[in-house]
Amino acid sequence: MGFITQHPVLVVSLVKIAVLLFIVMTALAYLTWLERKVVAHIQSRIGPYYVGAHGLLQPLADGLKFLFKEDMTPPTSDRLVYLLAPFLALSLALTAIALIPFGPPHVTWLGQPLFVVSNVDIGLLFLFSITSIGVYGVALAGWSSNSKYPLLGGLRSSAQMISYEVSLTISVVGVLLLAGSLSFNDIIEGQRGYWLHFIPRWHVFPQIIGFLCYLTAAIAETNRIPFDLPEAETELVAGFHTEYSSFKFAMFFMAEYANMITVSCLATILFFGGWLSPFPDSWTWQNYLPGAGLLLLAAYCAYDTVANMRGIAQIQFAVVTLLAGGGGLISLYPPAAAVIQGPFWFTTKILLILFFYIWMRGTLPRFRYDQLMSFGWKLLLPVSLANLVITAFVIIWPLLRHG
Amino acid sequence: MSVPIILFFVCALLAVAGAVLLILAREPIHSALALVLVMMALAVLYLLLGAPFVAAVQIIVYAGAIMVLFVFVIMLLNAGVEERTDFSKIAKWAGVPLGFFLLLLIAHFLARSSIGTAIATGAGAAAEQASTRELSVQLFRQYLFPFEATSILILIAILGALVLARKDE
Amino acid sequence: MSAIPISWYLVLSAVLFGLGVVAFVFKRNVITIFMSIELMLNAVNLAFVAFARARNALDGLVFVFFVIVVAAAEAAVGLAIVIMLAQHRESLNVERVNLLKL
Repeated sequence: MGFITQHPVLVVSLVKIAVLLFIVMTALAYLTWLERKVVAHIQSRIGPYYVGAHGLLQPLADGLKFLFKEDMTPPTSDRLVYLLAPFLALSLALTAIALIPFGPPHVTWLGQPLFVVSNVDIGLLFLFSITSIGVYGVALAGWSSNSKYPLLGGLRSSAQMISYEVSLTISVVGVLLLAGSLSFNDIIEGQRGYWLHFIPRWHVFPQIIGFLCYLTAAIAETNRIPFDLPEAETELVAGFHTEYSSFKFAMFFMAEYANMITVSCLATILFFGGWLSPFPDSWTWQNYLPGAGLLLLAAYCAYDTVANMRGIAQIQFAVVTLLAGGGGLISLYPPAAAVIQGPFWFTTKILLILFFYIWMRGTLPRFRYDQLMSFGWKLLLPVSLANLVITAFVIIWPLLRHG
Repeated sequence: MSVPIILFFVCALLAVAGAVLLILAREPIHSALALVLVMMALAVLYLLLGAPFVAAVQIIVYAGAIMVLFVFVIMLLNAGVEERTDFSKIAKWAGVPLGFFLLLLIAHFLARSSIGTAIATGAGAAAEQASTRELSVQLFRQYLFPFEATSILILIAILGALVLARKDE
Repeated sequence: MSAIPISWYLVLSAVLFGLGVVAFVFKRNVITIFMSIELMLNAVNLAFVAFARARNALDGLVFVFFVIVVAAAEAAVGLAIVIMLAQHRESLNVERVNLLKL
């Protein structure tokens, strides 16, 4: 007990890191489930439904499969770099999530903010530096596999990533001009308030072009469809991770989804108000929204359990119902409800953006590589720059007019 | 033995180890990775010196773009194993100790100089960190001309690289 | 709050610079020689930042900014030249590049 009160920073940080890591890994696993379900329904089929009720244990089955697959190493590769690349990719992707605030900083435990693992003044810049280094994971994986398809895939993929990184960074500067600070908390606080009493002051409204440029650059940066030529099966076998098997491949896979989550979190913070709620603070009924939502989910699950499930799936889904119901009841308890508000809105916004990502994956064809590069340099970069110049001009205009 | 001192020694050791690996590596790709290690260690040292913006710029531009360019060129050209040079005996037996002695001499005078004994406080105090706002004010007021000149320099470099890399048709 | 004297940073900068010079002199591959130049520039950057802290002035940091930009420009043009060299000479060994005619 004395240790905890004497070293609050250390203890709270360790607990936050452990909880966040657990939540992020589970979220990664269930993001793959969500993707398979959504893409399946777009393609008029069902997706995983066999392993566990509604396929909910599919990520667990996939994880076990990855653990038990045969782990081969190609014979003449550079061993050190071959082993380094997936670790680099995954650790960088997970480190980026440490900078993201999931809730307001005034919610504290033992004097430390509860919802952000590390609160730095120039958080945005550090996030970009982490994504810059992420290029090495891909390039080194392609190189150390000692085979032509991975090398080509790795080179193309890393060239694509560094090209779109420029547009990504420039499209965000418009938001920085509006917010006046690089710290995530300041950017989110600058989005409080309303225009015309009902439109929230989110940066997406004045910076709509910036948001569209950011979203396009982010999809290209994370190598998703329509920009995923370097890892498409019909083009380059599997791209830079062809020669990786079992757990190392799983690390690349997880790194890709973790990057997706990171850019979605960044889009939410920069453009959609982060953990701020779209409703005014005076509407206190919104505190019960998470609880009500979870209870509705529990009611649907209960109906589904009774009506449609049989056998072991029924038991599994009954467990899910009880968990959802329990979570809903806890969220209705007023002190808990006040704490959960920030993360609830943040998670909702991230889920909507991730759903958009998955929707694009199910719908659009992919770009050819030269189309991709010319789009990035000849269209996206000039549009981002024009957005920056126009934003700067609009902000300075009142100062210029008054001398 | 507080945290800044431990951090300084760890990063200094990593930087020197990276530089030594750059010299001793047999393949250029390992040298490139060693240089990236040096740059990351230096970025942490810049943080210790209270310059977080410079640390971030170092990682984004230097380690994240320039070194990626080096790695690309090494991969494209398939730069093979470094050939073994036959050092002349004089270089090995006299040069290295003399070089080491020169280094000690420089270090001694640096440590004794008046600016060398200035103490740097740890980078925890927020008032002592160079904020981005002040840095950009300096950059755009006092150093505006060099700023514009370097942007023209980058333009020239881009054009030069494009011209050089174009295939003869 | 403990203090680290600036001289430690300057000594580290000198050591890194010296190692960069050694790499420049003793290595054969032209790309590795380029990388040793970058190592020397990094050592100089460390010295600049250390001096900026010692004098509590921001000029050192602005200069670091310019050094990084110039290093980028130099790396781009230099590597383009290296690529051309490799295409025409089929070798990246600097001792083979000793004729003025390409």
